[in-house]
Formats: sequence, structure tokens, C-alpha cells
Amino acid sequence: MPRLSMVEAIRDAMDTKMAEDERVVVFGEDVGYFGGVFRCTEGLQRKYGKSRCFDAPINESGIVGVAIGMGAYGLRPVAEIQFADYVYPGYDQIVSEAARLRYRSGGEFFAPIVIRMPVGGGIYGGQTHSQSPEALFAHVCGLKTVIPSNPYDAKGLLISAIEDDDPVIFLEPKRLYNGPFAGHPDQPAVPWAKHALSEVPAGRYVVPLGEAAVRREGKAVTVLCYGTMTHVAEAAADETGVDAEIIDLRSLIPLDVDAIVRSVEKTGRCVIVHEATLTAGFGAELAAQVAERCFYALEAPIQRVCGWDTPYPVAEEWDYFPGPERVGRALLKAMEA
Amino acid sequence: MSPRLTLHVPEPSVRPGGRPDFSHVAVSKAGEVPRPRIDVAPGDIRDFAYAMIRVLDDEGGAVGDWAGALSAEQLRKGLRDMMLTRAFDARMLLSQRQGKTSFYITSLGEEAIACAHRMSLTPGDMCFPTYRQQGLLIAHGWPLVDMMCEIFSNEKDRLKGRQLSGLYSAKEAGFFTVSGNLGTQYPQAVGWAMASAIMGDQKIASGWIGEGSTAETDFHSALVFASVYRPPVILNIVNNQWAISSYQGMAGGESAKFAARAHGYGVASLRADGNDYLAVYAVSKWAVERARANLGPTVIEWVTYRAGAHSTSDDPSKYRPKGEWAAWPLGDPIERLKTHLIRVGAWSEERMKQMQAEVESEVLEAAKEAESHGTLHDGPRPSAATIFEDVYKDMPRHLREQRQQLGV
Repeated sequence: MPRLSMVEAIRDAMDTKMAEDERVVVFGEDVGYFGGVFRCTEGLQRKYGKSRCFDAPINESGIVGVAIGMGAYGLRPVAEIQFADYVYPGYDQIVSEAARLRYRSGGEFFAPIVIRMPVGGGIYGGQTHSQSPEALFAHVCGLKTVIPSNPYDAKGLLISAIEDDDPVIFLEPKRLYNGPFAGHPDQPAVPWAKHALSEVPAGRYVVPLGEAAVRREGKAVTVLCYGTMTHVAEAAADETGVDAEIIDLRSLIPLDVDAIVRSVEKTGRCVIVHEATLTAGFGAELAAQVAERCFYALEAPIQRVCGWDTPYPVAEEWDYFPGPERVGRALLKAMEA
Repeated sequence: MSPRLTLHVPEPSVRPGGRPDFSHVAVSKAGEVPRPRIDVAPGDIRDFAYAMIRVLDDEGGAVGDWAGALSAEQLRKGLRDMMLTRAFDARMLLSQRQGKTSFYITSLGEEAIACAHRMSLTPGDMCFPTYRQQGLLIAHGWPLVDMMCEIFSNEKDRLKGRQLSGLYSAKEAGFFTVSGNLGTQYPQAVGWAMASAIMGDQKIASGWIGEGSTAETDFHSALVFASVYRPPVILNIVNNQWAISSYQGMAGGESAKFAARAHGYGVASLRADGNDYLAVYAVSKWAVERARANLGPTVIEWVTYRAGAHSTSDDPSKYRPKGEWAAWPLGDPIERLKTHLIRVGAWSEERMKQMQAEVESEVLEAAKEAESHGTLHDGPRPSAATIFEDVYKDMPRHLREQRQQLGV
């Protein structure tokens, strides 16, 4: 089976869908001839022509707005926002329009669009190239919000997203594009080829939206995480020796509540990890779900290990990034209770 | 020494208590502006953004290159469409005062724009309207009862009581769901037209915005994309002089014509008398033909006057002088078309009276039927269970749980 990087898997998903469905079009800044700043669309314009894969002006409200119009027409647009940090000019179109068309038109119109964007830090990008705004999307009814942690899921989830009749925000942890990352910046970079989840089948397959994956079974404590933090959590479990059960949520909305409840009821302990800022982050929703549904099973307070409530710095990147040491401390603390 | 800096805050020339003054509105002579070929280069018609295309002269004659596009029968239908729209608005305004809906927006004084534009489109085309284009639906022949059921948010409201009164959606009529957020539909219209071009179809889009909302980012986003991809889209700017209490100068109209904004984008642009049914149809048709011939987008500024309040929540006597409509140099679109039809011997005062009675009775009948299905606070209304529908195509677990919590 071919071994692909996350970039290649994402490209393969678009390639697969473009080949079988002429309604799928791909566009965004630098996406056409150049193939995207992270190379996710490389070769697609050559293969499918300029009217199916093309550059867009530097205008996110326009990118999202025209994607909605195309979706309403009956196409399946996949729009790339170059960095999630740049999505805000398009946020009104996402929140007030894409998310609401179906509801406000009584089902007459809808926007089957995918908005892809790289998220997260770990690349010395500072506060304009490192943000994780997933909570801003998860909070909006009518949107689905998805974030893969590996090439296999990336392809399967993106195909699901393209085939979905609702607008999907597809968040791509950019630090994972070319290899898994456990949060040790001083260690040599590892390519995806050595990771089991880089085995990506050719052709169409789906990872359904709304299904979490258990990355590692464990009995002691449940770790709820997604994206880059899945790898960080695994490292933290290895380094502390705590028998953690690591749940990769994959999809925030819809959320796999059953997987969460099943695990926390088994372990009685819960640590939530995300790179986004702490306050009112998606972890707050997860903590509330666990408290509401698993209160009597809990042996220890729920903990959150997140980005600090500050903008993302450059030089102090690794003091900001919730790395394995911080996650490990939380695991040990959970076991003390 | 440099002068002390001062901030320019635009202000209309007259406020309540003053005499209406439209001396700043330059009105071209009817027939004066020629009709260019549809394949004209945008740069060759820049003057058109400063002029005003007019067909009807002050005596009701139809003159110039843009005249002759419609038969007497089509014009009589146009007159009826406008009268029906005005009667519909009057009745719904009354219904709001009677508490049958919480809100209403009339299109008084600007009926010609939506009614005539609609006639230039063909089935399959899509309008992306604002909240003041009910004339598009009425001229299309969409059932008044259906519109009223939306206004009354009753059990027959296809939008299940979710939308503010007048924010219709009618896909079959080529009428995109109205947002209520201003300007967002403009880039969507461009995207829809891009999709038609991508698929190699023949359909065109018609986007709508008010002059006030041309200040929004989305206006400029739409123009950029229209400029870059040259999709088959008409971008209408309805300049009715007022955005709630802000006069058109507050959107930049004091410094430049709204139509002229297209110049920076290299998009073809026309400016026309929006109270002249014949001009609206002929100019719309020009842009439609141009778009259909793959010659790209057109911006059209329709000059008109918002004769009524912004909405039922607004009182224009607080910010503009009385009698402005009577002083408005482009008159009343219904009166002007009537005068024309009478002048060419295709109409009479007698028939006008009959038609007025006819449209009023049609509206009344429709209102009775719509009210029998309920009004906002009275009678049947959509079930509470529908709150949770259509958020997603399939209802996710958390919404099913919330519906159970509501007990429906």
C-alpha cells in the first residue's frame, strides 16, 4: 500500500473526488499553477484544467462568498484559506451565510462546501501563522468541524467532507503535513513513511464525520485530543508510563460523545489537550460534556492542557506549545487523585 | 504653516423642516444616452457611469436608442406588476400595524426596478436579492399567498417561521434566500455565475445591493472576483438615496457615482433612471445579453428614491424633510408608465381605475386566504419541532437531544 505524507493524502483526496465528480472544484490563494504554499493542490490544475483548479484573489470574504454561490449552484467547491489565521475576513460568510442557508431557506438552498485551512503552531510562525480557531467554528450551528491527525484519516475525512451536503471546516495541522510531531522540537524530524497511518489506500474510501478513534487503549486516564496533540499525548504517555487511553476526536462537530463517555466511564479520569487558547476553547465544551455525562464515574478533577490565553509567540514557541512534558504532568496529577 | 486639519462628515443639504432639494441630482435628457454594442470594452463607456439612461421623457414619450424594447401588452403587464406590488406592500404595511407580523419593508417608489428587471431574465437564472426586491417575485407571478404566509410566519410558511418578514426564498422563481445581513449575497451571486461558466451552462446571476451597503467589504470582494473571472453576472446597485437615516453621501456618493466604482475594476458599468420602467428593462436586457454572450459582468446603478420608511421600525420624518418624494426629479414609476401608455393610446384613466380595483381585490383575497393559515400571534403556526430541522441535512445527535429537552 502506498505510504503518503499528510500533504499527499490531502491532495489524493481532492484528486480522487475531482476524477469521479466534475462538480468538485478547488481554488484558493496560490492554489492553481503553483499548487499551494504547502503543495496540497500540486498538479491538480495540470490534470483537471484551469476551470476546476485555480488561483483566487487575496480576499477571504470573496473566496468563501463565491464558494457559497458555487455550492448553491450545485458544485462541490473546496476552498483553501492559506492559513487559518487569515480566515476572519471570510468569517461572516461562513457564520451568517454558509452555516445558515439551509435553515433560513427551509431546505431550498444549501452550501455543500469544504473550507480547508492549515492550523496550529510548531513552525515558528508566530501569531499570524499558528492559530487554532476550531472553537470559533464548533460554536456555530450548521457547520461541521473536522481535524485529522494523520494521512489515512486526512484522506478519508476530506472525501467525507467533500461528499457531505453541509458546509465543512477542514482544519489541517500544518506541523503534521510532512511528518508526525510529538512535541520535541530538538529531536530529528520523522517522515510519515515510518508511521502506520501513512498507509493510504488508492481510490475512494471514507472516514465518517463524527467518529472518534482510539489511538491507544489504556485503563488509567482518558486523554481527549485531536490533530497534533494526538501525537503529543502519545509521547506523554510513553514518557510518564501512565496507561492513558488516547482518543483522537477527528471531528469536533458532530462529536462522538459515545466514545468519550465509554472511555471516561472506564478510566474515571480525563485530561483534555488542545493547542488553542484555554478560555472558552473546545476543551471547555469537552469538560462540560464529561462533567454532565460521567460525573459519578470521575475519580479526579478534569484537567485541560492548552495554549496559554495569549497570542502565539515566535521565540517562546516551545514555552507556549502544550508539549509532552506539560501533558505528562497533567497525566501524573490525574493519577494522584 | 499648514492649516489645522478638519474631518469631513457628509451631511445632506436639507433636514426636517427644510425645503426638499435635489439640485445635486443631475438628470440626463431622455434619449440622450446612446445604446452601446454589447461587446463594447468597459473602458469605452466610462461616461455612462456618470450619465443617466432614460427612455421616458416628461410628456410620456419613449425616445432614443433604448426605446422600443417592449410591446404595449408587455408594458401593460409591467404597469400591473408595479401596481400589484404597491398594493401588496400597502396591505402588508397595514397587516403589520394590525399586529399580524412584527415587521415589514415596502418598496414604495422603486417598484420599476425589480419588476422590469425580472422581465429581462429567463427561467434558470438566479437573483440574489436584498429585502426590497419583492417586485422580482410578483413580476414573476409567484403566488402572493405564499409570500404572505412567510410574512405571517404561519403554518403554511415554507420557511417554517424562521425568517423575518419579507426575507423570502423561492428557488423555483430564481430568487435566492434573502439574508438580512447586508451585502453578503453579492459575492455569492458572482460565485453562482462562476459555477455556470465552469459548467459551460447558459445561466446568469443577478446580484442586488443598496447604495448604503456598497460600503461593505462584500461589495468590493464581489467586484474583484467579477473583474478577475468575468462571470455572467449583473451587479445591481439600487441607489434609493437613503440607508435608514444615512443619506447616500455617507456611503461615498458625495465623492463619486456608485456606478463609477466599477471603473477601478475594469467592469462595464451603466447608470440609469430607476423610475423609468422602459429604461430599467432595456438596460437590464443589455446586461443580460452581454452576460449570456460570455462578455462578462455589468454593474448597473439604478437611481431611485425610497419613498417609504426604511421599515415599519423606522420614522423618516426624524431625519429627512417632508415632501421629498413629491420633489424627487424622477417622479413615480407607476405614474410615468401610465402617462406613457395613455399617450401612445394603449391605456386610459378608466382602465387604470379598473386595474387598481382589480389588484387591490387580488391582494385582499390573497390576504384572507393567508390569514386563514394563521398570523404571527394568532392561529396555526409552525410546530416547535421544526426549530431543529434543516440546521444540517440530517439531524445530529446533539440536536435530537435538545429537541427531546424541549419536549417536542
